[in-house]
Order: sequence, then C-alpha cells, then structure tokens
Amino acid sequence: MTSTAVETRSTAHDPPESDLADLVITPARHPWRWAATAVVAVLVAMAVNALVTNPAWDWPTVGQYLFAPSILRAVWLTVVLTVLGIVIGFLLGTVLAVMRLSPNPLLRSVSWSYIWIFRSVPLILQLLFWYNLALLYRSLSFGIPFGPAFFEFETMDLVSPLTAAVLGLALHQAAYAAEVVRAGFLGVDQGQLEAAAALGLPRWRRFRRIQLPQAMRTIVPTAANELIGLVKGTSVVYIMALSELFYQVQVIYTRTGRVIPMLLVATAWYLALTTVLSVGQFYVERHYAKGALRTLPPTPLQKLRAAVRRAS
Amino acid sequence: MTAPMVELRGVHKSFGPLAVLRGIDLSVAPGEVTVLLGPSGSGKSTLLRTINHLEKVDRGVVRVDGELIGYRRSGNRLHELPERLVLRQRSRIGFVFQSFNLFGHLTVLENIVEAPISAQGRDRATVVAEAHALLERVGLADKADEYPRRLSGGQQQRVAIARALALRPALLLFDEPTSALDPELVGEVLDVMRDLAGSGTTMIVVTHEIGFAREAADTVVFLDEGRIVEQGPPDQVLDAPREVRTRAFLSAVRH
Repeated sequence: MTSTAVETRSTAHDPPESDLADLVITPARHPWRWAATAVVAVLVAMAVNALVTNPAWDWPTVGQYLFAPSILRAVWLTVVLTVLGIVIGFLLGTVLAVMRLSPNPLLRSVSWSYIWIFRSVPLILQLLFWYNLALLYRSLSFGIPFGPAFFEFETMDLVSPLTAAVLGLALHQAAYAAEVVRAGFLGVDQGQLEAAAALGLPRWRRFRRIQLPQAMRTIVPTAANELIGLVKGTSVVYIMALSELFYQVQVIYTRTGRVIPMLLVATAWYLALTTVLSVGQFYVERHYAKGALRTLPPTPLQKLRAAVRRAS
Repeated sequence: MTAPMVELRGVHKSFGPLAVLRGIDLSVAPGEVTVLLGPSGSGKSTLLRTINHLEKVDRGVVRVDGELIGYRRSGNRLHELPERLVLRQRSRIGFVFQSFNLFGHLTVLENIVEAPISAQGRDRATVVAEAHALLERVGLADKADEYPRRLSGGQQQRVAIARALALRPALLLFDEPTSALDPELVGEVLDVMRDLAGSGTTMIVVTHEIGFAREAADTVVFLDEGRIVEQGPPDQVLDAPREVRTRAFLSAVRH
C-alpha cells in the first residue's frame, strides 16, 4: 500500500512538469500469457504426437478412403440434405414466426401448435413416421375436402426415402427456426416500427426493409448454430438407409472391419463442412453489423495485411 | 376564416383504467405553429399521436386538411379504415420523435428517401436530389452517406426532421424533439425548427422549451390531466396566464 503510494507520487528523479507531455507510453506486459502459451504448445504437441505415432488410427486407410467416390457421393448427399433442410426449414420457420407475432389469434394458435408438436417429438421418430407414411395412408389425393378427388397418388411413389428425409428434417427444423426468427423480431427496437408506421411504409416493405435486416443481427448467430447442428443432424437419416456420410462409412467399415479410420474419414468431412460454414457466418454477421457498430471488425485478410505492414 | 388544417373534436383516449385524454377540442389553422405545453402525464404526447393515428381514439374525431383520420363516416357510424389507407394518410403527416428513431442499418440518405419512394411511389432520382437539398437545409450536406450511429444526437434529430420533410407533408408533428439531447445540442435543432416555422409550415410541437414557444408559436396550448386548460397567443398564455395551474407549471419550468 505504502509502496504504491510512493511510486505514484512525484519524486526528485521525475522530469520537470514541462516535459510530461513527452513521456513515452509503454503498453502493459503480459508475462503469464507467454507462460500459458508455452503450456498449451506442449499439450498440442503431445496430442499431435499421440495421433500420429499410434498405428491404431491407421492414417494410410484414412487417406485411401477420404476422397473415395462413394464417400464423395455421400458427402454430397449430406450437403443436399442440409441445404434443403435449412432452406425449407427457415422459409417455413419465418412464416411461422410472423404468424406467431400476428394480431390474428387463429394464426397465432396454429403457429403455436405446430411448434409445440414438432419440437416435442424426437427427430428420429418424425423421420420414421414420414418413412412409413405409406403404411398409414395408402394413397394421397388432391381435391375437395371430404368430397371427390381430382388427383390421386400412391404414397409409396410420392414419398421416397429421400423425400421422407427432407420432409422430416425440414419440418422439424422449421419449428426451431420459427423461434429463432421470432426472437430476432422481438429484439428490434419498438421505435423503429413506430417510425416506419409514422412514415406510412407499406406492411411488406416495413418487414423486408426495416424489421428483417435488423432482426438478422440476432438471427444469424443462432441460425448458424442450427445450420451446423443440422450438418451433423443429417446423420440421423442413416436409419432410412440413405447413403449420406455416416451411413456410408458404416457400410464400408462393416465390409472391411476398419472401424476407426472410417470414423476418422467422417470426422474429417464434418469438420471441413462446419469450417466452411463458420467462415461464412463471420462474413454474414459482418454484413448485418453495418450501422450497428461504429467500425466493422477487420476480416482475417485485413488483419493479415495489417500484421505484414507492421512487421515490414 | 380559412378551414383549419387540424381539427380535434371531443377526443377521448384511455389506456386501461387511465383516462389520458378527456375531451379535447383543438383547431390549428394552416401555416400556424402550435406549441403544446403541460406537465408530464398531461396527455400531450398522446394527443399528438392521435393526430396521425399512431394511437386510436376511443371517442371523438380527428380531421387533418378536412379528411377524417383513421375512419370513414357513413351516416352516424365511423368505420375503421383499412391499414393501407391509414398509411396513405400518415405519409402526408411528418412525425419527429423524441428518440429520433432513425433506421440504424440505413445511411442518412437511405433513411430520407425510403418513405417518399416506397410509401409515395415517387421517382428515385428526384427524391434523392430533394434529399440532398433537405440535408443542405438542415446543415448536414456532408453526412449523406454516414450511418446514424456515427452522428451526434443533434445531427440525428436534424436528419429525422429532413426525413419527415421529404414526405412533403401538409403538417409536421414534433414529440419533444429536444428532450433527449445534451443541452449544447438543443440550439441547432431549435434553429431548424424556427426556420421551418418561419417558412409557413403547419406545425404542432410538444416541448418544454418555453423560449421556442415564445418566439415561434402562434398559439400556445396548455394541457393538464387530459384537458386543455388554457390556450392563446404566447404573450398571453406565457406572460399573463389566467389559470392557476398554468401559472404553477410555468413557474416550475422556469426555475
């Protein structure tokens, strides 16, 4: 206590007042950061060593299958399921969110009930229901309710395993997406809506131009979470014998017996897919931060350029 | 006597059990500047918001430029107008908020041209040219491409005024336009408003700026507990108030 008091007080060794403006500012030093960095570096080295030197991981087999045509086709199917699931899910989810926020009590309760059912039933059960729809309803028809039908389809033809998977994933996703979107809309300042109403902006314009872009600030991080969850969530459809990534590696390892390397192949691809999405998330978030932050955070490329400039 | 620009007859408004407006009759002539004074909770903001139908009235009528606001009359009944028509009525009435309410994700220019283009369907090039002229008029010609967050409060409020003017409104409503500002920024906003008042725009202003009321107002209206207590030219209401409540309020805001 006394020592700090002495340090902060001027002593005879300090320069005179007139020189104070010329004092050089030194940033605070962080010795513990260096120590922690060293510890982490050692731990990482140990982990890499354990992965590389243990022959049980069987890296040559991983390399052999990583880009095998059957695996690439499976990755493609995973991507297709994810994209369809998230796009249909968020389109339907946005409609549900708007219904849930509408002044119309019927629309509100329809939306509420949808979210209630589709969030309550586990995804795997929903998928099985869609998959077995043909057992419940032999045929589906399009016509007057309770009256004659104009078209009739065999359910088996209409709902293929792929359709069942997309339906199951998208409808389940929509229930979650609805809540994500609704949270975004609730986060928009009431004054913004009032201003838009006072200016006489048409309802759709108010939604598209004022509410949605500002809601996106809150929606994007959670939506990205949902998207990344869905990339891995698609692995559930292996129960329908659709050859997406997880199903395909299982097929291969039951034939070859090389379980661990095949699981590594799947891991590598899921990692690659989510990495691409995380990078995308950064740029989308940055786009919607316009006007909300005084200065936008630099992109990694800009950071790199700045670092190079500092070093040279 | 010319037809009034704004006319309120027997306007009542309650929020639940709380009666905020209890029978307001008010008439504002074209080109006139009316200042609404009154203690907080007296109903002045609610009164202003009924004029562009941001608040629906419970009883009574509001007319702007001879047109019923928010309703259509047939015989003895008032039928609520569809939203589309209410929006069209609003786009002829400029409204300036206490907290500016500029669209934070749009630049200053985009804030100003949004409503003329999408609510009034006017040509973009003309509207943009007009927007630049309006920014010039409020002294912010160089800020067109800034985002609102990078402006001071006073600058934001001046943009909000330009945004309201871009609608070429027949009437401008101000809801405590300087109350959210630091004291040194109040003057720049009042300057713009004085300039507007001098140019013959019909304005209704809710404010605590007695000085502005004295210089710029044609009529000062004093409200208390949802009723108009006193109204008249500023030198009468501000310097020789007849009512005890007006006198009490004025001595409270002056000291």
